[in-house]
Amino acid sequence: MPDPGYLAAVLALTFTITLALRAVPFALLGSLRESLVVRRLAVWMPVGILAVLAATAFRSSIAALPGTIWYALIALGATVAVHLGLGRRTILSVGIGTAVYVALANSGFGS
Amino acid sequence: MAGVNTTLTAAPRREQVAAGIRDSFSAGLGIFPLGIALGLLVLQAGLSWWVAPALSLAAFAGSLELLLVGMIATTAPLAAVAVTVFVVNFRHVFYAFSFPLHLVRHRLARAYTVYAMIDEAYAVSASLSRDQQSAARLLGMQISCQLYWVGGGLAGVAIGAALPGPIKGLEFALCALFTVLTLDAFRSRREIPSLLLAMVCFTVALILVPGAALLVALLLFVALLLARHLISTRRPKETAHA
Repeated sequence: MPDPGYLAAVLALTFTITLALRAVPFALLGSLRESLVVRRLAVWMPVGILAVLAATAFRSSIAALPGTIWYALIALGATVAVHLGLGRRTILSVGIGTAVYVALANSGFGS
Repeated sequence: MAGVNTTLTAAPRREQVAAGIRDSFSAGLGIFPLGIALGLLVLQAGLSWWVAPALSLAAFAGSLELLLVGMIATTAPLAAVAVTVFVVNFRHVFYAFSFPLHLVRHRLARAYTVYAMIDEAYAVSASLSRDQQSAARLLGMQISCQLYWVGGGLAGVAIGAALPGPIKGLEFALCALFTVLTLDAFRSRREIPSLLLAMVCFTVALILVPGAALLVALLLFVALLLARHLISTRRPKETAHA
């Protein structure tokens, strides 16, 4: 458990930056709306950022349990297959994907 | 979700709040289980139970909080925390374009509505027609969403405390969640170049700075998108969209 000062700093930073990102655009709305670069970033950013986050989370999963990269790949495939095959129900896809990884990682094979 | 209490803006406030709470149900199906995951992860990372509600009140931004648990547990540098929060939540900048903040008059209520403008709240409000929207309905929905989130986190902490030991591999939920969100974002905007750029950025960051791969990859990605913007502006024939 990190010390309280560090935790307080993280919480304060998170609160301030998140609130500013949500609030400042309302104040600048007019000029932002006309900005071509902002409109383009709105279209270009989300999928790439989410993909980077997915890759980062994948990496920390297999770092936490060394030797499970194949399990993680199988679980990733299950997540994608369930999501595309069973009507894009987020909770179902995440639940089954996670269950597959947890089951494999605790099965005792391999690692 | 839609179709309730639609016709007159003069509908009683209580009914509008009730309509807002009904609006929140579908979002709650996603928020509450994610809250449970947050509570479980907080305990698994060796943090105190109150970190879950503290994060949910300080940030109120689901996926970011799940990321922060890992960063806090390893005492990541504050600069890395700040950049991660900025880049991951940057998408909220774009919500202001179509979020019906003008409906909310009371100053404190306005402040809360902006603070609680999470992805789900934005998505639900965007799914309502203009005559269905009202301040009371919006606030009812947003407050409900925050209750699901904080409540889910506390439920997760309680479940985690009742378990005999940590569940090996549970943190894969975060990877699965981001994968699913990537698929959904991809469906709505055909964005192959962005996806490829992002993967290149992540690979480069992983090779050059494995200790700060997320931070470097996100910064690199934004820089490349700005370069892409400059290049396509210089060639006027090319159109902007995806």
